[in-house]
Amino acid sequence: MLLLLQYTLIYASVLILVALGGCFSEHSGVINLGLEGTMIIGALGGALTMNLMPNAPAPLMVIMVILISMASGLVYSLLLAVASINFKADQTLVGTAMNMLALAAATVIVKAINAAASSKPSATLTYVAQKESFIVRMGNFDFNWFMPVTLILLIAAYILLYKTKFGLRLMACGEHPQAAASVGISVFKMRYAGVMISGVLGGLGGIVYIMSGVSEWKFDYGVAGFGFLALAVMIFGQWKPHRIALSALLFGLFRALSQVHSSLNFIEALNIPAELYNMLPYIISLVVLALTSKKSRAPKAEGIPYDKGMR
Amino acid sequence: MEQQYAVEMLHITKRFPGIIANDDITLQLKKGEIHALLGENGAGKSTLMSVLFGLYQPEEGEIRMNGQPVRIKDPNDANALGIGMVHQHFKLVECFTVLENIMLGVEPNKAGFLLKGEAREKITELSERYGLYVDLDALIEDITVGMQQRTEILKMLYRENDILIFDEPTAVLTPQEITELMQIMRNLAAEGKSILFISHKLNEIMEVADRCSVLRKGKYIGTVEVKDTTKEELSRMMVGRDVEFTVAKKDAEPGEVLLEVRDLYVKSRVHDSDAVRGVSFDVRRGEIVCIAGIDGNGQTELIYGLTGLEPVRGGSIIYEGTDVTHYSIRKRITSGWSHIPEDRHKHGLVLDYPLDYNMVLQRYFEPEFTKGGMLRKGNIRAYSDELIEKYDVRSGQGSATPARSMSGGNQQKAIVARELDRDSDLIIAVQPTRGLDVGAIENIHRQLVAQRDAGRAVLLVSLELEEVMSLSDRILVMYEGEIVGELDPKKTTVEELGLYMAGAKKNMGTALGEPDPDVSPDTTEGQEAGSNE
Repeated sequence: MLLLLQYTLIYASVLILVALGGCFSEHSGVINLGLEGTMIIGALGGALTMNLMPNAPAPLMVIMVILISMASGLVYSLLLAVASINFKADQTLVGTAMNMLALAAATVIVKAINAAASSKPSATLTYVAQKESFIVRMGNFDFNWFMPVTLILLIAAYILLYKTKFGLRLMACGEHPQAAASVGISVFKMRYAGVMISGVLGGLGGIVYIMSGVSEWKFDYGVAGFGFLALAVMIFGQWKPHRIALSALLFGLFRALSQVHSSLNFIEALNIPAELYNMLPYIISLVVLALTSKKSRAPKAEGIPYDKGMR
Repeated sequence: MEQQYAVEMLHITKRFPGIIANDDITLQLKKGEIHALLGENGAGKSTLMSVLFGLYQPEEGEIRMNGQPVRIKDPNDANALGIGMVHQHFKLVECFTVLENIMLGVEPNKAGFLLKGEAREKITELSERYGLYVDLDALIEDITVGMQQRTEILKMLYRENDILIFDEPTAVLTPQEITELMQIMRNLAAEGKSILFISHKLNEIMEVADRCSVLRKGKYIGTVEVKDTTKEELSRMMVGRDVEFTVAKKDAEPGEVLLEVRDLYVKSRVHDSDAVRGVSFDVRRGEIVCIAGIDGNGQTELIYGLTGLEPVRGGSIIYEGTDVTHYSIRKRITSGWSHIPEDRHKHGLVLDYPLDYNMVLQRYFEPEFTKGGMLRKGNIRAYSDELIEKYDVRSGQGSATPARSMSGGNQQKAIVARELDRDSDLIIAVQPTRGLDVGAIENIHRQLVAQRDAGRAVLLVSLELEEVMSLSDRILVMYEGEIVGELDPKKTTVEELGLYMAGAKKNMGTALGEPDPDVSPDTTEGQEAGSNE
């Protein structure tokens, strides 16, 4: 049972981080479908950091990996910002392109690194020893430093959105950019801020994901649709941090089941194929979205490039 | 000597490719006055205000404030100079509260954290001082248009603006709310605020303004003291000729019942409940029946249900004795229905098609326009040219003009031409004159009356009280999805109509009446007298 809790919490952390990222971007008025790709790039940044400093002391390791993942995600998200805010490109297309680009780029980069060691290089990075820096064992429960970091970021996101000037202005840009502009708010800057925050959170979510269950990662797998799952969590959470946290826990639980079902006797007794557990989070997200999307209330102006002349 | 003028716009000229939107216009706003800016659509009022608000830079001329020349490069500059504007389409964030909307952009804060209490105190003080009641914690989407407008006014006051621009502020209000707004404007002027009031409604200008400047086709016509002028003179200045204010028409001669609506229910577009709740009425040949009401009381949904744009949830629609409730839109059209839709961009035109294709949108499949599955472009072009000629639709390249590039007034004229030329028996016209100027309105009114006189039935939905009173033969008032009264325009007043529209009065009379051929509009007289205190 503790194992189930441990995995639920770590997967929920991933979903919370990435969904919050999407939440900031969409509240500013930009749909970020590129979160999947942003996660891959964040994960790559973090994994390379671990590879480069295998013997760093634990605190330095944790801090560096977190910062580099965030920075990689941030830089990658600028692609979306420049294309959709400066050039008013179609946000859906840009996001999709970012996902494809990230997967291919990560594979090529990792293979190039591995090419020195083997003539048929794999796209896998291994970080068995480094991973120990992130974990504190408490009996049977592996406490992961990413958990408190996520909790802090969740609370910070809530405060930032609802208690500060920045949050009010950000949401105004996603709802009615003309109204925001008419009171002197720079829609341009706020949207940049929204996209960049989503890059930071998406990048961090990526490294947390690839370190959640395993100690190596095949980068040609990407992040297996987790970025899209996070978008489902965001919609199910109605673009509100506290509801995102709850729905992330729900989805995290289902994802955790697929990881640990073989060690839970009462579930194993049901004798259901393992593939089904793997499918569960995705099936649930389909069902949940089909049932709730009618009532969902997305930021009104999301996806629409801001046009000064439009009134 | 103290400066008499708060703002002066001197010899402003603003050109756009092909036209001169403002040609040497001078506007001088005195301190503490209410100054009306009058003009038809396209006269250059909006351009002039955009120049003052920093959205456009004029090619010539200068702006002075308190005698000093100023440069206004963007709305932030305008704001800093104390110029505030209530836009025609409110700039409010719907899912924010009134309080959040007012403080947005100038939030009191401590290290970035909002201090809502501080804003609340200041706004409460302002709203008491000027008599502007608002519920600070209500969401914009839940409050009335009147309260939304008061929120916009408070936004300007909160920013301590001294020059207040109202862009056609009364278009969406009930008569009671208009009276209230006039009082608010007087209070503001008395407190030393200078007000620019953009309008093409002469009655309101006569009532509230001190002076009035008139623009016509981009040119400055003149400024008059309102107390020394008349409505007729103002309209002559605005249009350049005499205008008929009342629609000349003879008494209606209602014939047989053409359309019977019984106990109709239609789902709301915005929420899950019904927006039209058990509406029943008849429309006869040879009469103009008008559905009056404040925007958002179910008129739109009623028309959607009638025309087939939305399925109805219950009730029936009977046309010439046949139940057409579940007819497709095409079948309704070919049965002899015309529909001048409320949203001409969404339901009236295919904006990226040329004008001639738009003219045959409901007829392209007829043998005249299609042969063997191929469009007969020559015939379409010829028919379109004929309509353009007959209804005076103006556009850059005639039939080949993309609908998108036409002016709103001419788009509307094209729709009216298309719908009326089909010789339909039932004409459903939803706000057919919205956003049009006096001349175009006069024209459309005349055509609707001609259709009536030809024995056709006209169902009109309008938010404009003057239009309702002058055009209709029978008025049905809708309030919260129900018909709350049937009135005879000859026997009622605008004030009474307003009370019905606001839900303060009800008379559930003949609107629900039996389909009895003997009932003529005159039989409503009894109820009228009964409810008319």
